[in-house]
Amino acid sequence: MLKEKLLELREQAIENIGSADGLKALQDVHVRFLGKKGPITEVLKGMGKLSAEERPVVGQLANEVRKMIAAKIEEKKADLEAKLLEMKLESEKIDVTLPGRKTVTGNHHLLGSIIREVEDLFIGLGFSIEEGPEVEQDYYNFEALNLPKDHPARDMQDSFYITDEILMRTHTSPVQAHTLEKHKGVGPVKVICPGKVYRRDNDDATHSHQFMQIEGLYVDHNVRLSDLKGILTVFAKHMFGADREIRLRPSFFPFTEPSVEMDISCFRCGGHGCNVCKGTGWIEILGAGMVHPNVLRMSGFDPSEYTGFAFGMGPERIAMLKYGIEDIRNFYTDDIRFLKQFNRA
Amino acid sequence: MLVSYKWLQDYVDLQGFSPEELAERITNAGIEVEHISYPGKGLKGIVIGKVLTCEPHPDSDHLHVCQVDLGSETVQIVCGAPNVAAGQKVPVATNGARIAGNVKIRRSKFRGVESNGMLCALSELGVDKSLAPYEDGIYVFDDEVPVGEDALPYLNLDDAILDLDILVSSAHCMNMIGVAYEVSAILDRPIQLKTPVVNELDQAADEKVSISVEASDKVPYYGARLMTGIEVAPSPRWIQLRLIAAGVRPISNVVDISNYVMLEYGQPLHTFDYDTFGSDHVLVRYAGENEEITTLDGQKRTLTPEDLLITNGKKGVAVAGVMGGENTEVSDATKTVLLEAAIFDSLTVRKTASRLQLRSEASSRYEKGLDRNRVALAADRAAELLSLYAHATVLKGIVESGDRTVPDQIITMPWQKINKVLGSDLTCEQITGILKRLNFAVDVENDVMHVTVPTRRFDVTIPEDLVEEVGRVYGYNHIPATLPEGTSSHAALTPYQKIRRRTEVLMESIGLSQVYTYSLTEKESASSYVVHDKGLEPTQVIWPMSEEHAALRQSIVPQLINVVQYHLNRQMPDVKFYEIGKVFLPVDGEARPAEEEHLAGVISGHRKERNWEGEPLAVDFFSVKGILETLFDTLAVSDRIDYRASRRTGMHPGQTADVLLDGEVIGYLGALHPKVQKDSGLNESFVFEVAIESLLRNGEAAIDYHVLPRFPSTTRDIALVVKRTVAAADLYRVIRENGSQLLKSVNLFDVYEGSHVADDEKSMAFSLVYFDPERTLTDDEVNAVHEKIVNACAEQLGAELRG
Repeated sequence: MLKEKLLELREQAIENIGSADGLKALQDVHVRFLGKKGPITEVLKGMGKLSAEERPVVGQLANEVRKMIAAKIEEKKADLEAKLLEMKLESEKIDVTLPGRKTVTGNHHLLGSIIREVEDLFIGLGFSIEEGPEVEQDYYNFEALNLPKDHPARDMQDSFYITDEILMRTHTSPVQAHTLEKHKGVGPVKVICPGKVYRRDNDDATHSHQFMQIEGLYVDHNVRLSDLKGILTVFAKHMFGADREIRLRPSFFPFTEPSVEMDISCFRCGGHGCNVCKGTGWIEILGAGMVHPNVLRMSGFDPSEYTGFAFGMGPERIAMLKYGIEDIRNFYTDDIRFLKQFNRA
Repeated sequence: MLVSYKWLQDYVDLQGFSPEELAERITNAGIEVEHISYPGKGLKGIVIGKVLTCEPHPDSDHLHVCQVDLGSETVQIVCGAPNVAAGQKVPVATNGARIAGNVKIRRSKFRGVESNGMLCALSELGVDKSLAPYEDGIYVFDDEVPVGEDALPYLNLDDAILDLDILVSSAHCMNMIGVAYEVSAILDRPIQLKTPVVNELDQAADEKVSISVEASDKVPYYGARLMTGIEVAPSPRWIQLRLIAAGVRPISNVVDISNYVMLEYGQPLHTFDYDTFGSDHVLVRYAGENEEITTLDGQKRTLTPEDLLITNGKKGVAVAGVMGGENTEVSDATKTVLLEAAIFDSLTVRKTASRLQLRSEASSRYEKGLDRNRVALAADRAAELLSLYAHATVLKGIVESGDRTVPDQIITMPWQKINKVLGSDLTCEQITGILKRLNFAVDVENDVMHVTVPTRRFDVTIPEDLVEEVGRVYGYNHIPATLPEGTSSHAALTPYQKIRRRTEVLMESIGLSQVYTYSLTEKESASSYVVHDKGLEPTQVIWPMSEEHAALRQSIVPQLINVVQYHLNRQMPDVKFYEIGKVFLPVDGEARPAEEEHLAGVISGHRKERNWEGEPLAVDFFSVKGILETLFDTLAVSDRIDYRASRRTGMHPGQTADVLLDGEVIGYLGALHPKVQKDSGLNESFVFEVAIESLLRNGEAAIDYHVLPRFPSTTRDIALVVKRTVAAADLYRVIRENGSQLLKSVNLFDVYEGSHVADDEKSMAFSLVYFDPERTLTDDEVNAVHEKIVNACAEQLGAELRG
């Protein structure tokens, strides 16, 4: 009798659980069937009337039914919760194609990037970074670099003089002289010197009265022109591509002897000739040479003991060549539409 | 220097080397051939023709109808040149020919008369009009040329002209013989030079003319030849064509020959009409103060005692090395010529030429240096050519003052030094071989070589010069690339360089773009927005190119304002820029300014653009202040920084603050003055400038590590009502001073002004965090400190707790 009742209850419960359409309804089912005053409790209360044989059997059945209903309710509950969550998530759906809240970052200037890249390369090669004044004494800008006052390569008209003895430096080479002096005749001296320089020019597409230069200097015992060639090869490959070749052509600078200009094989055409290299296959990149003994001597180094090389390059020129920039004034107009294009440089 | 390939063949056999190959070899050896031009490029069908008859055109007052013998045929050609005449041999562009400018010549009719070609002027064959010897007319061959043959070789229009870029170091190549020596060494082929042969009269020149030099320190040699019986006429075709190739306009035999010898030997010569010389004595002296001379170009020149003057004893006849005088100029009537071949001090010539703005082929050669030992040879060469082509009779000898020759220089050095400096592995024989190719004499004694350097190579004076000579002739391409074997060294950024880079990264990551602007600016702008304005004039350059770039900036801000304006003018109103760069601060009593690196920035427009979430937000004072605060946090100096309201020219009087580091002003920030904005047509813009160098000079403070907290902190909020005149900084200060060790942080999270407080009051709410690293704080402990803070704020600032 009780047994049948339990089985019937089980059927009823399963049916009710099945039709519960929300958590509240499910909770009602729970209370109705498994509550303290629920029908199973009632069944158990009536167990006193049963025989000793029947009692454990019905008791066990009642527990099983209770467990089973509880499990079904849990199952249903998880099911309902999942559905509910799904609905909630569905309602939270957004247009993922709307623009995000991004942080607009600024741009690093192309010249700054080129200088940084050169600096990092040379730091890796053991060169420190030296900086010097932009307003120089005539002595450091010219005389200490083997350009005495009457030297034909000197023209007052080409420089921004402030007095007869003070001028805006026309190159970064005076930093060489300062650095050598600081080392008081003892090598090695291994520096690069980036910075602004000034020439008395009218600004146009290829001339700027202010521009950047990076000077390099290495003075030690037994520094050779072949070492210069080696270092410049590393530089050329780093800046312009691993398959670049370099060539050195003789040239003239008062502060080096021998003096050379370095060309790289054209990175646009690989050396076959194009409009970047003007059909020659080579592009002139920088000037260099072995430090003139007069320069060493004037800055306190004994040229019979020390030799050295120096080189100087123009970041604007490098940038213009590398990216095909047509007008040097772009670097100083600072048009954001220009700057932005080189943020990755 | 324009070098004719054909002319060069007089001295060196160039067979096997095209002009391009030659140019490449010369360039690789150190004298850059800037370009090669082919004067006859594109010309076709130009032959030598003979004008058989020349009749006036029946229907024209200036055209002529000519029958022209072209060798294989005779054709009729209508010619408009005024100088055409029967019997002339002329270049003829035949039917189908191409002349300069790729113009094709076709059979045509001129006023009804058929014409089968064109008689050509040199300019029609591509010769620069300013160089062509006959300006209005066809070119007429003056000598025997074969009729019917291609005219181009006879006009040197089959030549190639190499344009050499002559640097100070290659002045020895400013003449054909110098280039020939160079090419002989580069190609390792012998040089062939002829010694000039002068047929002299018995009569000695020094019987007719004497020379004295007063300025002998500046005139080491002055020589002259005297020639009579001169007939001035056009010079022969070959000289004219060579001059044209070199870019010199032919004038007359006398002038052309002196120019020709200068081009050949590098020695400038000058010819005086001796009949107008005015005396039989040449005196070389310094000019007097304001002494005047009228030069060949008809200009009256005023000289100074620094200029060298050639005189006839009384008055000037030439400015030494620069230009001759009009009074003794060679003319068509000249019969007697005094030919000057002299050495003048290069610097003196340079100064005079530059002051008179008279740079010439001659003066530039004097300026760059001459071969001392070629001066008499040049005089002889000119005499030889003048006898041949101007009927000159040459009196015996060169009248001279000073030494005609100087000894060659000897350089002694270990031959291995060449390898040591180049990093090469040349044998002694290779080295001496190269030096001999350069026509240097070499004498090897064990490890040492003695090299005799001829005077034409006045640029070679020290062992390093020989290193270069060997290196460039051997070829730098043959030298290996090595890496230095010297002391190994490490390198790193200095602390300042490191922090400066970090500052750049920070500025960019918070949205400011880096710019580089000019250091030289207008005088007025160079004095504006200076952090520490001492009222001194900005440093100025002596000869500015323009007023725009005349003075050195003392602040970066004016330049940044220009950049903002540039963008605004191009419809880009929302911009943020920064620059790190030098400013130049005048020092009282010194010409040289102090240089200080500053960081400056500007923001303008919106900090948040208009987007789908809402309206844009304009930048304001706190945007710019936040930038600096972020920077100072990053550099761990915020504790040492204060802001103080200030008034600065060009800035908004109520929205400007000085930035102080340890109590010293190091910069400022704030809004531009509305008037400045209006004048410059700017939107509301905010700027800052900080002496970053002084801020970071000592690098960064060491990092002070603290163990992570094991005990919780306690947070209390506090709202204080104060008078509006009380600054936030005052409250911060009082709270901090009274917060004891336990107060860890103070954060202002609300400022209220409005109906809930009095009109002259505001409420400021702070969040205070208390913490003890050793234990958990009790309420009582926190309450005690908190109360102390509230009381101090009440006592010192009249603050009341807001209920």
